[in-house]
Amino acid sequence: MSEAGGFVGRSLLRREDRRLLTGEGQFVADLELPRMLHVAFVRSQLAHARIRSVDLSQAAAAPGVALALSGADLRQLLPPVPDTQLSLPSKWTTLVQHEFHNPQQPLLVRDKVRHVGEAIAVIVADSRYAAEDAAALAIVELDPLPAVVDAEAALAPDAPIIHDHLKTNLLGAFSIAKGDAGSALAGAPRRLQRRFYHHRYAAMPIECRGVAALYDPRTDTVTIWSATQVVHWVRREAAAILGLPEARVRCLALDVGGGFGVKGHVYPEDLLIPFLARRLGRPVRWLEDRHEHLLCSAHSRDQLHEVEIGFDDDGRILALRDDFIVDCGAWNPIGAGVPYNTAAHLAGPYKIEHLAVSGRTATTNKVPNSAYRGAGRPEAVFAMERIIDLVATTLGLEPAEVRLRNMIRADQMPYCAGIPYRDGEPIVYDSGDYPRALQQALDAVGGVDAFRRRQREGRQQGEYLGLGIGFYVEGTGVGPFEGATVRIDPSGKVYVSSGACPQGQGMETIFAQIVADAWKVAPEDVVVSLADTAAIPMGFGTVASRSTVTASAAIHHASERVREKAFAVAANLLECAPADLELCDGGVGVVGVPGAAVSLARLAQAARPGWDHGRPPGVEAGLEETHYWEPPTVTWSYAAHVAIVEVDPETGHVATDKYVIAHDCGTVVNPLLVEGQIAGGTAQGIGGALLEEIGYDADGQLLTGSLTDYLVPTAGDIPAMQMLHQHSPSPLNPLGVKGVGEGGAVAPPAAIANAICDALAAFGVEFNRTPITPERIMQRLRQQRLGVS
Amino acid sequence: MSAPVDIRLTVNGQLHEGRCEPRKLLVDFIREDLGLTGTHVGCEHGICGACTILCNGEAARSCIMFAVQADGAELVTVEGLANKDGTLHPLQQAFHEHHALQCGFCTPGMLIAALDYLKINPSPTEDEIREAISAVLCRCTGYVNIIKAVKAGAEAMRAGQP
Amino acid sequence: MKPVKFEYYCPATIDEAIALLGRYQGEARVLAGGQSLVPMMSFRLATPTAIVDLNRIPSLDKIEAANGNVSIGAMARQRQLEFTPLIGERLPLLGEALRWVGHLPTRTRGTIGGSIAHADPAAEIPMVLQALAGDVVVRGSQGERRVAAPDLFVAPLTTALGPDEILTEVRFPAMPAGAGHAIEEFARRKGDFAIAAIAVMLVRDGERCTTARLATAGIGPVPVRLRDAEAILEERGLGEVAVAAAAQRAAELVEPMTDHNASADFRRHLTGVLTRRAVLKARDRGDVRTG
Repeated sequence: MSEAGGFVGRSLLRREDRRLLTGEGQFVADLELPRMLHVAFVRSQLAHARIRSVDLSQAAAAPGVALALSGADLRQLLPPVPDTQLSLPSKWTTLVQHEFHNPQQPLLVRDKVRHVGEAIAVIVADSRYAAEDAAALAIVELDPLPAVVDAEAALAPDAPIIHDHLKTNLLGAFSIAKGDAGSALAGAPRRLQRRFYHHRYAAMPIECRGVAALYDPRTDTVTIWSATQVVHWVRREAAAILGLPEARVRCLALDVGGGFGVKGHVYPEDLLIPFLARRLGRPVRWLEDRHEHLLCSAHSRDQLHEVEIGFDDDGRILALRDDFIVDCGAWNPIGAGVPYNTAAHLAGPYKIEHLAVSGRTATTNKVPNSAYRGAGRPEAVFAMERIIDLVATTLGLEPAEVRLRNMIRADQMPYCAGIPYRDGEPIVYDSGDYPRALQQALDAVGGVDAFRRRQREGRQQGEYLGLGIGFYVEGTGVGPFEGATVRIDPSGKVYVSSGACPQGQGMETIFAQIVADAWKVAPEDVVVSLADTAAIPMGFGTVASRSTVTASAAIHHASERVREKAFAVAANLLECAPADLELCDGGVGVVGVPGAAVSLARLAQAARPGWDHGRPPGVEAGLEETHYWEPPTVTWSYAAHVAIVEVDPETGHVATDKYVIAHDCGTVVNPLLVEGQIAGGTAQGIGGALLEEIGYDADGQLLTGSLTDYLVPTAGDIPAMQMLHQHSPSPLNPLGVKGVGEGGAVAPPAAIANAICDALAAFGVEFNRTPITPERIMQRLRQQRLGVS
Repeated sequence: MSAPVDIRLTVNGQLHEGRCEPRKLLVDFIREDLGLTGTHVGCEHGICGACTILCNGEAARSCIMFAVQADGAELVTVEGLANKDGTLHPLQQAFHEHHALQCGFCTPGMLIAALDYLKINPSPTEDEIREAISAVLCRCTGYVNIIKAVKAGAEAMRAGQP
Repeated sequence: MKPVKFEYYCPATIDEAIALLGRYQGEARVLAGGQSLVPMMSFRLATPTAIVDLNRIPSLDKIEAANGNVSIGAMARQRQLEFTPLIGERLPLLGEALRWVGHLPTRTRGTIGGSIAHADPAAEIPMVLQALAGDVVVRGSQGERRVAAPDLFVAPLTTALGPDEILTEVRFPAMPAGAGHAIEEFARRKGDFAIAAIAVMLVRDGERCTTARLATAGIGPVPVRLRDAEAILEERGLGEVAVAAAAQRAAELVEPMTDHNASADFRRHLTGVLTRRAVLKARDRGDVRTG
């Protein structure tokens, strides 16, 4: 698609930057609407309790308050948040044994509170200050119930039940298998079993959530501005809740200050705020503060894996069994989405003939668990990459060597992994060279042999260096669809809109590059509209590393149709055949006849309906097409992460000496932006490995309620990164692109854990739980010294 | 005297007068009363640095100051960095050229914190830059490009570029 | 998170400030740098009825060297001290500590008096006050008094200041020229409060250590001097064995806390490690013969 002089493949600087650098960006907190009211919530201080009464009389009478509502008030008025926002296709449901009960989350709870921070009442006032003052006057009587704060405990027979009507805390279970893992394990020459725990942490964007809404009585229309990644989902659910046709509800996202998945589903506030705006007849806005964010915006990860691997003396994997539990917290907004991702990505780049995976989802009295950059993949990769390192250690082989022996090779592509993906299609790794990526990354740190020499020398001087690998494959560009509208504007510029919702990825720039190539115009002549339901009727949104893949394909197909029409009109004007025409420089011209051309602006005008138009007979008016691209299935990115760390054996402090990423996301639209995505994701992964942790005590009280306690990595915590690129274009979409948004965050916990274990190999300690904090390292070392397990 | 207090201050060279409750945070005053929304609120407890502004020439976190404390002060916010003719400050330009921003939410705080540091140390090493920008949290970039941008911006500033 | 309403006062003199504190009988808080107080108020963990802002009182930030001491006005900004040559020359341990205190933007506003009066167990400046045997001037309705460091820090976030007393000055004995000094801090990220920190000043005379000062932060409820450990160095010198013994004694002396950042055991372990490292670093930095 991209020829010499094309824009795809070039590191164009971003058009988004100017406004963001000069303070002219517009985030939902910056929106000014006349007579706007502000919201604060009354939130539960207990993790699990029955609500005996909620008295808002004093709150409602407080200065500046327009409205105070409880869950009981709302119950009559509004249905709950829908229970399956992320639907599973029937192809999947017929193939995978599963059962899911997703309790429906009310917009404000009425009967019980199920996590600390759950919203009990809403206050609307003339300032956030006044709303908080009023919220403090709410009198809530709760009858405490025992809290469940551990997934295994939640599934024990005598556990307190969190969703009474379900009579169980098991919200979901599924299993998927390939071959006969049971027999294969039984017959394997060697076996290893381990438990791995990848802990609860979170996306923590610097901008918290926020929703503003405005009701227009003249048109009976609601406009919702939400810091969301899924404007069409919000519009769909809001329309249902408000009893309005979708045509009367508009949802748009302005500039969004990071999402990473936490803004990737519909929250109760997305629906409550528009309801309040309509009820009050004034614009209403809620801006989440950081403390609230930790108390009510989705957390993630929190998976416990029981893994058993069967292998031979050469380290070849014969069978793998993984039974895992996800602690999904009090609600389960996206259902099977994350857990099944874990199962689908577990085998990774390795040939595993016999595989059995089961996943269970347990509800606990914590904040709900949903997708965050990686969305189930980091957990799978942590288990797989740790256990393959343990296979190597058991056999006295290099971890890199064991990986190479098991990796699917380039000449084996496309490779059928033997189980279905979340979309119900068989997993087929379509392209790539995994061994080469691993080798590249290892070469970039100087090679394993040189490292082992350095490691030995270091140990003699009391230095503990370790090398760790984390390798993952990632299904990207998942369906069900994404759309693009392409239209030739009367000005001659090319307009493109899509349901993609950026939160910093640079999509305005990326899509301008793609359209510029498609139409032979300059990127400056491409007008991009994103994250607005008014700009395209149907959309899916930006989650799951999918927007470049799906939107580029939709743009491609929509453009093809518009081009056909444009050529038909141009042929009419230039009195030639469409086959004689080509796109050139903002217009359409006759091949080989310079000067015989007509501008896109002229074509737009000629294509108009009415008198004296320039269309040939049979060609409908307008130069616009909307195409919804339905991906055949996902396309597979991958990367090798190699980390060299140094562990201080006296304090347990881990310093990252070198970090290399060898990455393949197919055709790269903008190398600069791709590297930015990888760097950002990797930093989050490093944070998840070493620093970030959501903590709860035995009563379900959140221990990490601010950024003082939830440790986001600073620049001082993130090493320099070296990036290497491979390009195996995807055969599954016109541009050959693969998704890159999440990948960086998937491998670091595994790579760093492996590196730490390698550094401390002399002590014979393992780290199979994250985060790997200095104190935990020192505890393990001490236990090992004392012979305590 | 929780009654509103009068405040006079200079922001980006312009004199402003306002009135607010003593408890109103400076960042809220800047954003709401002065309409300068470029300074962002990321945490409201003085950790993330998104709210960083220059107060009398030195970087300060405006979410942990009361507006009344800025009475008589000279503030610079991100809106005051570009040149009068609209061209970008060399540091802004460097951020642009090095892709040192993605979502842009931490960027105003990052620019101000970096500028403050460059006044003290106009020729920083990479490690010094890394430590200086540890004052502001970024979730998008992994800091890699921000460090490059500050290095390049510092060079451009030393070379006297406008 | 927004603070509750409060009455706001911005007195022009210390005595006015004291009178205001007296009037509110413990329900008023003093506002210095605000870097600790304002976040607590935003979380509504602190809900004072009144705020007495000290920032307009002139001359509370003077730095003076006299009679072998360095006196620093309580409202001197941490940043100001960081870049004042006199501090680097006469109190290099304080200069070193300041670079561990938060980040440059918090040091812009944070004050030395505020940090000491706030008395966070994990703060570096109180540790230095202990290490250098400094004292503070406190003024209240009953007049002025000096409080020495060991008597000042009572419990976490609690000093010996009465409800209407204001800390006006901090005084340190100037460090002997050529004294070795070091701070070893363990925190999860640089700029965070210390999980454990040790501050050391050493005065040498050849192989002898004539003065050893060791103080802690983050390890116990208040910053403490490790006098027994100091004695070991002063009696036995600065060789590896003596230093190791002092480090071990330090670990025995401390009364660490367990909180969600670290356990008492880990803190105790770090005490030993950091003491050894800090003493060795101070030894190597200082002059062999200190004047």
